[in-house]
Amino acid sequence: MVEESYINIYNKHRELLQTTSAAPLDAIRDEAFDVFCRMGFPTDEQERYKRSNISDVFATEYGMNIRRIEIASTTAPYKCDVPGLKTHNFYVVNDIFAEAIAKDEIAELAKLGVVAGSLSAIAKEHPEIISKYYGKIAPHSSDVMVAFNTAFAQDGFVLYVPKNVQIERPIQLINMMHADFDLLATSRNLIILEENASAKVIICNHSESGHKFLANRVTEVSLAENSVYSHYEISDSERQTTNIGSLYVEQTKSSVANINNITLRTGYTRNNIRINLSGEHAETTLCGIAIGDEHDHIDNDTYINHKVSHCKSTELFKYVMDDCSYGSFAGRILVEKNAQKTEAYQSNKNICAKTTAKMYTKPQLEIYADDVKCSHGATVGQIEDEALFYLRTRGISEKEARMLLLLAFTNDIVEKIDIEALRNRIKVLIEKRFRRETHKCTTCNSCHN
Amino acid sequence: MLLEIKNLHAIIKSNGKEILKGIDLSINAGEVHAIMGPNGSGKSTLSSVLAGNPSYEVTEGEVIFNGKNLLELSPEDRSHEGLFLSFQYPVEIPGVSMSNFMRAAINEHRKYKGLEPLSASDFLKLMREKQEYVELNNKLAGRSVNEGFSGGEKKRNEIFQMAMLEPKLSILDETDSGLDIDALRIVAGGVNKLKSSENASIVITHYQRLLDYIVPDFVHVLYKGKIVKSAGKELALELEKKGYDWIKKELGE
Repeated sequence: MVEESYINIYNKHRELLQTTSAAPLDAIRDEAFDVFCRMGFPTDEQERYKRSNISDVFATEYGMNIRRIEIASTTAPYKCDVPGLKTHNFYVVNDIFAEAIAKDEIAELAKLGVVAGSLSAIAKEHPEIISKYYGKIAPHSSDVMVAFNTAFAQDGFVLYVPKNVQIERPIQLINMMHADFDLLATSRNLIILEENASAKVIICNHSESGHKFLANRVTEVSLAENSVYSHYEISDSERQTTNIGSLYVEQTKSSVANINNITLRTGYTRNNIRINLSGEHAETTLCGIAIGDEHDHIDNDTYINHKVSHCKSTELFKYVMDDCSYGSFAGRILVEKNAQKTEAYQSNKNICAKTTAKMYTKPQLEIYADDVKCSHGATVGQIEDEALFYLRTRGISEKEARMLLLLAFTNDIVEKIDIEALRNRIKVLIEKRFRRETHKCTTCNSCHN
Repeated sequence: MLLEIKNLHAIIKSNGKEILKGIDLSINAGEVHAIMGPNGSGKSTLSSVLAGNPSYEVTEGEVIFNGKNLLELSPEDRSHEGLFLSFQYPVEIPGVSMSNFMRAAINEHRKYKGLEPLSASDFLKLMREKQEYVELNNKLAGRSVNEGFSGGEKKRNEIFQMAMLEPKLSILDETDSGLDIDALRIVAGGVNKLKSSENASIVITHYQRLLDYIVPDFVHVLYKGKIVKSAGKELALELEKKGYDWIKKELGE
């Protein structure tokens, strides 16, 4: 049984887990562990995990850094080279927050009243914030990946933006996997925007060195009344890296969320994205791009819950799958009985660039209210022969023409990115990805794009 | 000779149906040839085959263009060698801007000739200059290729691309279809401005109307996959008056 070794690790290191982390994390640790023991890892026999057998993913013997040893430097800055973009930069190396190099940023944000930094540190300094939100948005009682994360989580990133505070400069969190052995990292992020607050967060998931890495990350986002939040998660890792991400967003009245998930490159990806629209006039835009080739596996499972009336959600995911890659999209939208005047639009468009690539799409609208505007559409196609021929008759080579068409396909999502420098950078990275060119930043060699 | 087509036979790949059944045609630089004929006679197939559309297969015959075996060239190399097809139905390509599209095209043409890519400012200058040929405005550069273009704009855009690429041989496939008289005048005006003793065009049309603006040196009638009659421009007028039944009668049908 795959779970057994993890159960043993937990039982053996339970005290160690508790001594290395703060009270709010330990308060629900045992409870979450019990859920994990009871439910076990999801397998492809479960409908929601039909395309991703998580149990297999965990079968590899990974090391876990429960003792919090410095296995990779947390002081060497991994500079992400996004020309023209100035961010508040934070790093989580494997699952340890890089405290030493974050001090200036933490102090600068503190001037605005913003609490940012390490989950483990902030849980000690501000237990009132962490206790109020930690484990309240991502349900460890029903989602086993959240339960597993909650059982083993010791650190991660926290951003708390108080009432009426607007953070102008984007926050950038770089999740770096780096070790000299196969490693499982469990990190936990908490992002809280109080009333009328606003923030933009860019999360970059990278890996370095030729080992197998498995990152199981959970991010909880709480958006209070009238808050405005943008979230860009970009994964660009080595092929041997597996990312399992769970993003839970709770939106109250008139809050606006703009959530983006871009899988540029990662060997194996499973994202669970859950958005609860719990206050009237809340709005959410959820966009995603997935690019796969070779034997990449990309599975995005999204769920938007319209709990109350007058909310709006727009969801758009596009996949370009090449070679023998395997893509899956599941998009559930639930409009509850009282959620009248809901607007919910979903679109999933996919290109299989080769006949050996596979794509599964499952739009799922469940509507219990009777006065709503909802639509959904899903397509799986190929590069259009007519368009390809048209471009070629103008002298553009077949290779170049295919690339232009693929760039055009993903372009409408890229154009929605509301940080100009990031938008331009993503354009370049996507083009390089389609050209299969390796990408090297001038400041860091961690991306293996 | 610029183009020489000898006994060209072609089928539709998907169903094996033979559309071109032995075409012979010779074109010299400086000439304008009109190809007319009833629906389904193979006019558009001829232009598709010449441009290298992979939906068709040549089963017999040869085409020499500019001293080269055209049928051995990829569609892009046919373009590099100076062949241009103005599409009857220009394809809409959302997300590809006209400027990116044309820059890629121009630079690949330059690469083929061993030239350096055009600088951004020179390219924009060239685009501005050429769009005046067909009265397209400055917003063109940022628009997606043919997306949301009116019928007339699409055809003007084809001629604009022709002006950018300066082909030796242009095939205008029913460039007049769907055009009102003003758009027709603009399109024909563009074509005439581009005409020189160095280049030639094939004008494929149903109607005499376009030939009032683009005056042909020769008119050919294509019927059931073959050229059944060739003459001077007066043939177009005769067809306009008598219809195609007259040709069919001449052929003994």
